[in-house]
Parts: sequence; C-alpha cells; structure tokens
Amino acid sequence: MTFLIRTIDYTATGREIVRDRNVTQDVLTVGRSPDSDIHLPDLAVEQHHATISLIGGGSVSVDAVGDLGFIHNGKSANSGTFGASSETELGFGNYVLDFSTEDGGIATVTVRKGEGSAAGEDQASRFALAAALPSKRVMAWAGLLVILLAFLAVPIYTHLSRTAVKADYDGEGQVQMDASWSTGSLSLAHHGLEDNCEACHVKPFQSVRDETCLTCHETVGDHAEMPRQLTSRGPLSAGDQMLWAVAETFGKEGQGSCVTCHTEHEGAGRMEPTAQKFCAECHDEMDVRLTDTKLGNAADFGDDHPQFKAIFYPELGSDTTERLSLNDNPREQHGLKFPHDLHLETDGGVAKMAGNIGAKNGYGNTLVCADCHTPTADRNGFLPVRMEENCESCHSLVYDRVGSTFRSLRHGDVDEMQADLRAMDRAPRRPITAGRSRPGEYAQGGLYYQNFGRPVRSYVAVNRALSEDGVCGECHIRTSTNGRADVMPVHLRDSYLLHGRFDHKEHEQEECSSCHKAESSETSEDLLLPGLKVCRDCHLGEKAAEAEVPSSCAMCHSYHPNGAGSPGDEKPEGHDQVAMMSRKPE
Amino acid sequence: MATLNQTKAGDERRNADHESFMSYKRMRWLKIALLLSMACLVSYFLVDVEPRHNGGSWYGYTLGTIGAGLIVWLSLLGVRKRKMSSGSWSLKAWTSAHVYLGLALLVVGTLHTGFQLGWNVHTLAYALMLLVIFSGIYGITVYTSLPAALSNNRQEMTRGQMVAELAGIERELETAGQPLEREEADLLIGVLGTDVFAAGFWERLSGNYPSCKTKHALDYFSDVSSSDADLEKVRRLLGRRKAQLDQIRKQMRLKALLEVWLFFHIPLTIALIAALAAHIISVFYYW
Repeated sequence: MTFLIRTIDYTATGREIVRDRNVTQDVLTVGRSPDSDIHLPDLAVEQHHATISLIGGGSVSVDAVGDLGFIHNGKSANSGTFGASSETELGFGNYVLDFSTEDGGIATVTVRKGEGSAAGEDQASRFALAAALPSKRVMAWAGLLVILLAFLAVPIYTHLSRTAVKADYDGEGQVQMDASWSTGSLSLAHHGLEDNCEACHVKPFQSVRDETCLTCHETVGDHAEMPRQLTSRGPLSAGDQMLWAVAETFGKEGQGSCVTCHTEHEGAGRMEPTAQKFCAECHDEMDVRLTDTKLGNAADFGDDHPQFKAIFYPELGSDTTERLSLNDNPREQHGLKFPHDLHLETDGGVAKMAGNIGAKNGYGNTLVCADCHTPTADRNGFLPVRMEENCESCHSLVYDRVGSTFRSLRHGDVDEMQADLRAMDRAPRRPITAGRSRPGEYAQGGLYYQNFGRPVRSYVAVNRALSEDGVCGECHIRTSTNGRADVMPVHLRDSYLLHGRFDHKEHEQEECSSCHKAESSETSEDLLLPGLKVCRDCHLGEKAAEAEVPSSCAMCHSYHPNGAGSPGDEKPEGHDQVAMMSRKPE
Repeated sequence: MATLNQTKAGDERRNADHESFMSYKRMRWLKIALLLSMACLVSYFLVDVEPRHNGGSWYGYTLGTIGAGLIVWLSLLGVRKRKMSSGSWSLKAWTSAHVYLGLALLVVGTLHTGFQLGWNVHTLAYALMLLVIFSGIYGITVYTSLPAALSNNRQEMTRGQMVAELAGIERELETAGQPLEREEADLLIGVLGTDVFAAGFWERLSGNYPSCKTKHALDYFSDVSSSDADLEKVRRLLGRRKAQLDQIRKQMRLKALLEVWLFFHIPLTIALIAALAAHIISVFYYW
C-alpha cells in the first residue's frame, strides 16, 4: 500500500514549496524523531507521537503512541478512524495533516505548518461579550460624567454665580437643574416657591434660616421670651444633645428655629401640623421648671391637659373680665335675662308664639338654636345675637300705629326710647267745643292737625317699659343712672377661649345639644361651654388609637402669638387656622 | 498551642477550598446580612419619626450613612480583586460579604427612602442602586447555572480549537469550491467572508442569526438536486461549517448571558457612586 506524503513549506517571502514523496508502507509513524515517516519538528509533538495505518475499505486509523493525543477535526482524541478521502484534518502541535485521495485512489497526507490553532487561540477572546459592546470603563466614565455634570456641576455653578435678588413668591429661580434636588413637593402655602429653591436655600450647606422665613412671615412673633422658653424646655437628653451637636456642625440653626417644627417637602397639600412632641417638650410638667407659670401642664390632650378656662364678665355691669376654669363653676353676668330652657320648650308660650308667627319668620313649631344664632360666612363661628334680627320678631318694640304703619322703638338707647314714647302724643282728648271742628287741614286727620293734650299715656308707657315685665325690663336688668331709670350695660363675648381655637364648621355633623346643655339651662348666668370631658368623647391625644379623632396640640392651639403670620393674613386673633385638622401623620 | 492554631488555620484553608463564596464559613455573611436587615426593619417600626419616615430624620441619616458606607465598600470589590491576600480577608470572604451585604443594602436603602420617591436625583440614586443589586442577583444566578451548559457545549474543545476547526473547514471549502459556477462561487465567497465574531449584542444574547449566510448557502445547495460530486462535497462542508458555527454561537450566547450583567453592574455602580455623591452633596447644599 502506498501513501503520498505531500509537505507544504513556505519560503520567507511566503512562496509555497510543495514536496511529494511516496511511501510504500501500511503504517506511517508521526513524531518529532527525525526517523519518523512524517517528521514534525515541533516541541509540542512527542518523539513518537502516533501511527497512521491504512485499514481495509479505504479507511485510515490513527492511534496515539503515548498519552498525548491529537486534534481530530477540532476535538482532542487519542485514536480515530475515518475515510481516507473524507477531508479529515488532524492536528499535531502546530502541524496540520489533511487527508484526501489522489487520482488512482492513493491516500494522500498533506503536511502543513498550520496557522490554525495559534490563530484560533488569538480569536478566543472574541467569544466574550466585550467584543460586541463598548468597554465597561467607557460606559462607566460616560455615566459618571453625565450625572456629575447634570445633577451637581450645573446646579452648583448656577447657584454660586446667580445675582442676588429679594425672594419673590411668584418669581422663578435662577438656578438650573436644582428641581432634581427637590426631595418632594412643597406644601400648598409654599407652592409658589416650587421653582425658586434659592428663595429659601440661600447659602450652600446652611439649613434654611429663620431670617429667610421672616422675609415673608413678617408678623410672626416669638412664642415666649427666649430665656423662658429655654427654662421651660429644661436640659436636653444626652441623645438629643448629641443630635443637636451633629446638626449644628452641619449648619443647622439650632433649637427653636422655624425648621425644627415646620418640615417641608413632605408632599403637596396642606403643611403637616406640627407634632405634639414639640409642644410637650416644654409643656409637659412645665411648672416644675418654670415655677411662676400660670399655664397648666399639658402633654397630651387625652390624658394630660388642664380643664378649659373661659374668659367672661363675672360682675354685673362691669366690663372687667375674669378667666376661670370651667371646673370652678363660673357664673356669667352679661346683663341680659335669657333662660335658654324657656325658649327651647316644646309646648310653652314660646313654642306657641313661634308656631303663630312661624311661616313669616322661618320658625318651626318650636324654636331651635339656629333661629337666633346665625353662623358666620365661613361657618366657623357665630355672629353676635342682635336684638333687631334675632329677638324682635317675638319681642316686639312696636308702640304705636299710624294708619297701617307701626312705629317701633329704637333698640339700644334708653334716652331715645324715652323721647320716642313721650312724643307718642296720640292720647284722645275731649274737644274744647262741641259740634265744631277745626277748619280744613287743621282738622283731625288733616295735614296740620295738632293734639295738645297732656302726655299722660306717654309717661305711663315710659315707666312701664322699664318695669320688671316691661318691654325693656323683660330682657334687661334695671338700674338707675344719676337718679334716672336705666338698664344695665350688656357685655357679651364673641369668644370665651383665649388660647384655644374651636371650629364649629368641623363639628357640623354634631347636634348643638351634644356639647351645649342649653335645654336645661334656667338662667343666662350659665356659661354653656362644654368642658374637657365632652371634647374627649371624640378627641384624644395624637397617638390615641382608640380615639375617633386623634388630636395633636396644633389642632386647637397656635404656637405663634400673632397667629400663623402668613403673608397677607389679616384674620383676627383666635381665628387663625394653624394646621389642617383632617390630615393626620401617617 | 501555636502548632495547634496553625493546624486549625490550615484545616480551615483546606476546607475553604471546597466551599463556594455563597456558602463561605457556613454562610457567615448571610447571617450578618440578615442580622443587619432585621435590625433596620425592626428599628424602622420602633423609631418614631414625625411627621413620617424620611431620609432627612436622624434615623434616616443613620440609615443613609450605613447605606452609603455599604455602597462604597461594596464597590471596592473591584479594587480588592486586583490585589491578592488570604485568610479572613481572602477574595472569597470578600466576595461572600459583597453578595450578602449587597442584598442587605436593598433593605437599608429602601428604608432610608422612607418610601418617598419622586423624579429627582435622590430617587435616581435609589433606582441605580436597585439596578446594580438586581444585576448582581442575575449574575449570581447565571454563575451557578450557566458554567455547566458552557462546559457541555464545548465538548472538550477549547475556544481556539473551535475557531481553528472553522478555519480548517473554510480552507477545505475554498478548495472544494474551485469547480463551482460564478453564482455559486459568489455564495461561497459570501460565506467565507463572514466573521462569526462580528455578531452584535442582540445576536449574541439571543442566539438568533436571521441573516446567516452559511444557512442561506446551505439551503441553496440543498435545493439543487444534483449528484455532482463537487456540489455534494461543498454541501457537506457547508453542513460542517453550520454545525461548527452553531457551537461557536451557542458558546458566545452562553458567554453573553454569563457576562452581560457585568456590563450593567459595573458602569451602573460607577453611575450610582456619582448619583450618590450628587444626592449627598445636594441634600447638604440645600438643607
């Protein structure tokens, strides 16, 4: 049997040199040894590496002599059999043996020094995904630069290089990209500042200053004098002391600054009410520290709050007020007689009267609170009860009738009342002569008719009006001023609570009688304010899970003496809404 | 005593050779990470922050400091793995801690947000952190499942051998194609001119090559009904080329699946560090 061994070499210039030789043997030896039939001068090849034998049917069998195998069509092998003409490629080290058959069926082995495997190993790195993507380093740098530029360099540069202007609620800020720094929407009141961060954040690395808040909130006053505040707060706990030390190191203004209690960027909507704990820090057992305080201790509405104190007029006719705890059974002397029980009776004379004139005046079959007490436009409170609007439809001041017109006394001035009644000179008097009347328009009923009778009836009427059951005395308490009959001055208060705020509108689902015991009040000396206990039916402390309405201090109390002091806020004292009540901390 | 200690240390080292970074020292870092997460979770519900949890409360700053420290330390794995050391701070220990503390960062970071998210640089940092962690989780998953498939697909060939085999087939194809007519020869030129590694990101990741020239040529030669020995040889060689391509492509796909997470994990980590810096600086710049 014959093999044709074709060796292909390359010259230095790359030209191919092909040498053919015929070997008439059944078995060829392959190895580094020069006596091998196929001599492969490669250190990776064994001296005697393998044998190639022709077996029957045109097949070739290759067997490794030692442990080191060869590459058979790309795969490592120690032996293999294949057709002599099957385009098989064997790899020994750097050499490639290709098998084919020449014309005449001579098994041909072509020996080449392959660029194959070495080149293949070079290509190995191209399996990695890195071959198809930009390098991680490039992507990392790109991301790093974009983020630092957009979210740090631009806002800081534009902040530092801006021109100083006075903060303007409606204005737009000069700093670019700082919207990306906002940690959340501003509250409703500060919404206009949303695009003007530097209006509040004036200096870098310095928390929002009180002076900045005060540029708009000009009227906000101190809660109390600072030394008293510090005394009442007492020494800080070690933990708080540490926290404040850290905070001040990082540029916080310190205790008692606006931002201590008022947190912003908590989301759109009303500003969050200040937490109870900020109040309790001082007011909890405050009398121990601030020994001269007149305020009761308070830490939680549910279980640590003093009874309400009402401010009222305790002395008849005097305009000096007093403030007393509702526990001390305060008796009010406002100068009017008004038994609520009588007016709210369902079957007495009042009810009958209401029934009689009901259709005309909007009354039902009995009087109800709303017949006399008119809510204010915002429904938070009530307008003062006025004689003309709220009482006079029953308690009429009519004293005369001219034709179809009724003459009424003017309410509120005793002198005028007396003058009006004295002028009521309509007493019929006997004519001086009988059978003759005065001529023309001077006659009775005429334009110039005069009645010169003695005003007896007038004096009687004046006296009667000021008597116990008279038209004045019915409601007013009689007195005399400089020897003349008079009524006691009336002192009625709009508001009985000095430091707390009560919103009737928020309580509209309740009956008046749930809190005000008017139906059983026999005298107007009763101060019909509900006590703490009544409020606690629904309201307990901020954290009281069992309460229908968990209530923090801010629900009723304002920290700042001049109200919230919001820009353009001209609400009278005591009517300021310090925080929204329906929104609870989550 | 000293000998005893040495022996013990030696044992430990030998034992360590047989455990993966996931189960290093009987999951020491898993336990530490769980402890950290639990401590954060419990304290989150115990600590009373008014009006609601917020990254800007003292508790929020504490979580934020822990989180930022973790992020910096976790990213130092890239530096650490380039330096050799052994013992407690061996790369395996470090990697184990990296994985488990990285997972704990998910808890710490999320609680630090107080669930107040928005379109801002702070949430950007949080989102990047999530992407980095999730890409890391993906990485661990494929590292435990794909190497076996990768090894199976190799069928004891090295990558170099695969390429060499392909080159060999191509050489034979070029020889076998000599008798072909113009049109068929052009098809072969197209096939031979194709670089298997020119595949793009999606091709590598999906393993789909809709415009594979070898497949088209194979289809063409399969349709030609001819008993011509030359054509038959080309057809056979094209078949072999296709099989070799498939192996290489599957290898590339598995490698892509195995490596793709790092192309997110690393650049996103650097982006996260930038966003973290912007987050921290901006908070104190405007505070």
